[in-house]
Amino acid sequence: MEIPYVVEPRQDTGLFNAKVGIWLFLASEVMLFGALFSSYILLRVGADPGTWPHGLLNIPLGMANTIVLIVSSITVVMSWASLKMKDFSKYKKFQAITLLCAITFLCIKSYEYHDKFTHYEVDANPGATVQVGEGNDVKPVAIKPGDYLDGHILEKDNEKLVLHGHIINRIEAAKVTHAWQEREIKDQEITIKQSDITLRPDGKKAMENFGPWHNTYLAIYFTLTGLHALHVIGGALVIGFLWGPGARMWKTEPERYTNRIEISGVFWHFVDLVWIFLFPVLYLL
Amino acid sequence: MSDSHKTPTTAQAQAPAESHQHEDLAHFQQHVKKYLFVFYCLIVGTIVTVLASYVHFDSVALTIAIALFIACIKGFLVAGYFMHLMSEKKMIYGILLATVFFFAGLMFLTVWSMHPSSLVHIGH
Repeated sequence: MEIPYVVEPRQDTGLFNAKVGIWLFLASEVMLFGALFSSYILLRVGADPGTWPHGLLNIPLGMANTIVLIVSSITVVMSWASLKMKDFSKYKKFQAITLLCAITFLCIKSYEYHDKFTHYEVDANPGATVQVGEGNDVKPVAIKPGDYLDGHILEKDNEKLVLHGHIINRIEAAKVTHAWQEREIKDQEITIKQSDITLRPDGKKAMENFGPWHNTYLAIYFTLTGLHALHVIGGALVIGFLWGPGARMWKTEPERYTNRIEISGVFWHFVDLVWIFLFPVLYLL
Repeated sequence: MSDSHKTPTTAQAQAPAESHQHEDLAHFQQHVKKYLFVFYCLIVGTIVTVLASYVHFDSVALTIAIALFIACIKGFLVAGYFMHLMSEKKMIYGILLATVFFFAGLMFLTVWSMHPSSLVHIGH
């Protein structure tokens, strides 16, 4: 039995099947991301002072990823327009750039995730002395109650831990309410003896990386960006299939193939749309 | 991305008339110009968003409002032009209207739950 309206639109709605399907799917996607944005708002407003980080993420990288997705959006729409103008080779070129953009986005995101997994918060014993600075410009700094080290691990052995970061007091950290305040804190090389790291009641050292378990901000950050990255992977797989083996359809059913590119494009633009909101919410505010 | 009321239907696109093909080509070339304009606007919007985040506003609410306002404009451009919502069929608008209703309800409940006098607020 032949399925109707896969190419030609229905008389009453003026739409072909896949068009209705993708918009119904995107409606459910809006609610899925909406629920997570709602969680973000509740977590942010409910966070105790000093527990919601500002300016933690790398803005140039976030901006680069935003531009990568915008470029991919224009290439998607241009590839569809190329098919409408019967220029298949142009379509192939534009979609190849889209796929490269998808890979670039995921590579940058992976780098950012890795950065968070090597970023540590380390509690030091009050009264302990750490060495701050590099080369000949090293000076000892005494740890006061409430101080902790925040930075990326450069070196680690049984004797010492070397971080690139800063020492900050929890009371001072609570006063950071804007991303630009966090950016004004200068990072330096800090060396601490392993024996000066605070021990928890369970005997483990009080140091933890910035994985999703670290705080509610990172939990929602990894959830939102992880789910978004899955959408990028899904979209890239569909676009990649249509660009590769699925492209045979262009020879037999060009209109149906063009419709498929249109539908995959609508999904890809939605992925871009979500990132347009994720970027300021997670990186800039 | 159909532009159905502006762009030719499938049946029309298959029509062999050469004049139609020329019209199609000119029509889509016009669309391409529009897409490129939207693309430049999105790039500028991204740069402005980042620059605005470096301005030292004292008010957190103002910082958030500016960032979300620019994001909304960018979102409108993507949805309106790249996803062709500016010229979609009524049924799609119907689906989106229902989505907007439920999304707005979700956000209203979120904000309402944080109000001190709210019955659903638990904890404080």
